[in-house]
Amino acid sequence: MKRQVPLVLCFVFGIVMIFTQFSPHSFSQWTYQEVISWALIIGPFALVLATVTLIQTHTARIRRRTEHWQYSFVVFAGLIIMVLIGIFLKPQNPMFEWLYNNVQLPMDATMFSLLAFFIASAAYRAFRARTFEASLLLITALIVMMGNVPIGDLLSNDTASKARQWILDNPNLSARRGIILGVSLGVISQSIRIILGIERSYLGGGD
Amino acid sequence: MPNIDRRIVFILVALAVIIPMLLSVNLPVSVSEPTQKFYDYVEALPAGSTIMVAFDYGPSSLAELNPMAKALLKQCFDSDIRVIGITLVVDAPTLASALIQEVAAEKGAVEGEDYVFLGFRPGAVQVILGMGTDIASVYDTDYNGTAIGEIPMMQNITNYDQIDLLVDFASSDTVESWIIYANVQYNQQIAAGVTGVIIAQMFPYLQTGQLVGLLSGILGAAEYENLVGAPAKGMKWINVESFVHLLIVGLVIIGNITYFIHRTREE
Repeated sequence: MKRQVPLVLCFVFGIVMIFTQFSPHSFSQWTYQEVISWALIIGPFALVLATVTLIQTHTARIRRRTEHWQYSFVVFAGLIIMVLIGIFLKPQNPMFEWLYNNVQLPMDATMFSLLAFFIASAAYRAFRARTFEASLLLITALIVMMGNVPIGDLLSNDTASKARQWILDNPNLSARRGIILGVSLGVISQSIRIILGIERSYLGGGD
Repeated sequence: MPNIDRRIVFILVALAVIIPMLLSVNLPVSVSEPTQKFYDYVEALPAGSTIMVAFDYGPSSLAELNPMAKALLKQCFDSDIRVIGITLVVDAPTLASALIQEVAAEKGAVEGEDYVFLGFRPGAVQVILGMGTDIASVYDTDYNGTAIGEIPMMQNITNYDQIDLLVDFASSDTVESWIIYANVQYNQQIAAGVTGVIIAQMFPYLQTGQLVGLLSGILGAAEYENLVGAPAKGMKWINVESFVHLLIVGLVIIGNITYFIHRTREE
């Protein structure tokens, strides 16, 4: 029963939603809008699930005294403070905005900024023209990098940005389109398998 | 030949950022075709049109995307184009709200009449689909808690039919969600401004016309500021980025020269 009910629900809603796309009938459109409204209500549960998982993970880390377990208290402090202020004082409250602008924003920006240093170091160490394919990748990357900044045009008399645009418009576009088509066909086939109950891994556990 | 110590590389990157900032280097920026298309589309909209701007990025991508969002908002308020701000990203409302208010204050735009910020709702796909039939079914209030029905500029706006352009400023795959569910399903015109990391995956949609224009990272921001005639952080940072790119290219070339010398000696 625990498996049959989700399978039946999945089949019914999958088929109904496919039909709503092909029928302009008012009942069909009403059904479509109604299901979207249900989905909007279900959406926030994902946030609850994520919060519960976060709490479970960090509680376990503290209990088992795993490496750097003390930092889990910082996670709880951040979570509790922001949630309490957000719920009781609202996100528009100056205190919430202050914490966001002076704690979260600089930390996020700093983490992302560090990438520039690591990319520079990694590019120097690992970007080697060892094979023909690696050389091709290397030359393409250098052209795109120089075409992406005004100094590239200044040094190459506007050739860098034109070459970059050609790479993005032709080889890149062709490869991306191939990937999109492949992924889309995969999504369609996987969706059919899920709707028909052939693919059941989303239910969790063994088959 | 030994590798350069990574700490020296880090210092060189830091210097490549700091020195151009202190010297205020000003390199000329030419405008690419995708940016020009974006600008022309917005310029062609008559006064009183409505643009929905999705601020789908968090603080980590703020440096790249805020300048282009700011330039677009300036263009909209200068052209009497109304702006509806929303976000599909949970940590974006505070930064998006602050940005709109900053530009609105500068341009004298009035909240509720020239712009409104609706905030965040969970479930990206459902939010996009839900607004296709009725925006009020997804956002019953704006970010400040004012009921949608009480906001003057929302009186005649029900769904995408009244939105002339949707602009997604994104650091992840939300642009593709907007295209699949708002463009394909509801024929909503879409333009995007994205981080440099994901620019390559946007070009198929630009070619098919599913994106009417595209801004590419900090370069796109600088180009747009140039077009709008309001040079700001985009122009400043693209100059800084120029020197960092030049440094990385130099490091890659040096790395390969040392590699080939090493390999020749071994042979």
